[in-house]
Amino acid sequence: MRNPLSKKAVSIEPSGIRKFFEIVNEMPDAISLGVGEPDFDTPWRIREEGIYTLEQGRTFYTSNAGLKELKTEISRYLERKIRVSYDPDEEIIVTVGGSEGIDLAFRAMLDAGDEVLIPQPSYVSYLPCAVLADGVPVVIPLNQKNEFKLTAEELEAAITPRSKILVLPFPNNPTGAILTREDLEPIAEVVKKHDLYVLSDEIYSELTYKYEHVSIASLPGMKERTLVINGFSKGFAMTGWRLGYICGPELIAEQMLKIHQYAIMCAPTNSQYAAVEGLRHCEEDVHRMRTAYNQRRRFLLHEFKRMRLECFEPFGAFYMFPSIEEFGMTSEEFASRFLREEKVAVVPGTAFGQCGEGFLRISYAYSMEDLKEALGRLGRFLDRLRNGGIS
Amino acid sequence: MNELRKQILLYLEKNSRVDLSELAVLMGTDEVTVANEMSAMEKEKVICGYHTLINWERAGEEFVTALIEVRVTPQRDRGFDKTAERICHYPEVEAVYLISGGYDLLVTLEGKTLLEISRFVSEKLSSMEEVTSTSTYFILKKYKDHGTNMFRKNKAERMLVTP
Repeated sequence: MRNPLSKKAVSIEPSGIRKFFEIVNEMPDAISLGVGEPDFDTPWRIREEGIYTLEQGRTFYTSNAGLKELKTEISRYLERKIRVSYDPDEEIIVTVGGSEGIDLAFRAMLDAGDEVLIPQPSYVSYLPCAVLADGVPVVIPLNQKNEFKLTAEELEAAITPRSKILVLPFPNNPTGAILTREDLEPIAEVVKKHDLYVLSDEIYSELTYKYEHVSIASLPGMKERTLVINGFSKGFAMTGWRLGYICGPELIAEQMLKIHQYAIMCAPTNSQYAAVEGLRHCEEDVHRMRTAYNQRRRFLLHEFKRMRLECFEPFGAFYMFPSIEEFGMTSEEFASRFLREEKVAVVPGTAFGQCGEGFLRISYAYSMEDLKEALGRLGRFLDRLRNGGIS
Repeated sequence: MNELRKQILLYLEKNSRVDLSELAVLMGTDEVTVANEMSAMEKEKVICGYHTLINWERAGEEFVTALIEVRVTPQRDRGFDKTAERICHYPEVEAVYLISGGYDLLVTLEGKTLLEISRFVSEKLSSMEEVTSTSTYFILKKYKDHGTNMFRKNKAERMLVTP
């Protein structure tokens, strides 16, 4: 039989954490600090709207780019939140989660050999999606001493004549880092100087603490060279509804829409109707969830300090990224032992790129009760490691 | 109201047993500040108590709650206040509200049995001079009380680890 597989598909490494995931999933009694999705139920208004539209029989395809009502609400929302105005008819595409937007952007913009600058640690999809679109991923390793922010110098150093797209994944999964306006301004200058485009993944934009989220698209001269990805998964606690959107210049949106049309047709109709309700009426719910995350964030910071676990203060998403360097283990060894000995799952930093070595991603998308239990076990584990004890 | 006070109140409303040091961490401030705000709000009667929400039915105790609509003749100068205050004094009365609409006062009452409650209504409430009529509704089941769902929630179905 001939080889059924494409070399390109085979060349892509399975997600670094898959092996670890498999071990975890075989331990049904384990508790976890490892999830990348909210612990809150989708606000009831949104769920109820979903149910209602099913009852109404609104179960057909929508137009490819999404429901007009939804695109209009998205446009208003972005105007309100990031002060950038997008034309709902030409510049917004409703996608299957934020993830589809990553794929669309790369496929619409890259020719073979074009380089995509990807700061890491970051979400697992950018690199393989770039490869699938014949792009060449160029990793920019971020530095703990900069609190995992991308700096203009780091960007400048990674640029070659083939560089085309900069991925800007902030607020960041897994580090929780955010970029303020002051951080973004010099980056935007470098981007303009080298005529790059930016794929700004702002899926965690609702979840920032102390500082308001700023989009690079709102800086002068940047809207025309930026694609903004956002969606409902994190801020509105709607992961399973699979609904996101990508916004950007009509020239690019037109091509992305073509790909979306042939590959996907349209995002789930039910989710689109529900999301309209979310954008119209759920600001309070989002605020309530943000407040709870912020309390947990403070709690974790405090507990880490108490356990002398080194961690910079993150101001976004729902992750902490503590360093475990002092224990002389790789992230994966640490995570495996912690899982085996205390039955708590955390994600090794290396799942998000090699420069995540020496770190763990700890999620605080859990109730205070769950966090207390898990942190109790973490404290015990650290004590044992420090006292050289072997369990 | 300042933001810290509001956040303290919102948290306490659902978790009144939280200890002071933890509350301070969650609020991003120190214990002394939280303690001062709390005692100030207690003095100002902003915080009126730290109660426990109990599902008596599940505790296996006999327990009946009734809502009673009461129509009252308002009194000169005092309006409804005097009558309302008199009703408040009975320990079995859980809450008394002045309401708009067809009735004047809404009284919630707790007792062990239907008989106990009907006796209270006929002997104490209806016999008050200013009370012109009452209608009593017995609560059959509490689905949600004080903002808390009383039914059992399904277990979360999240996977243990996701990127």
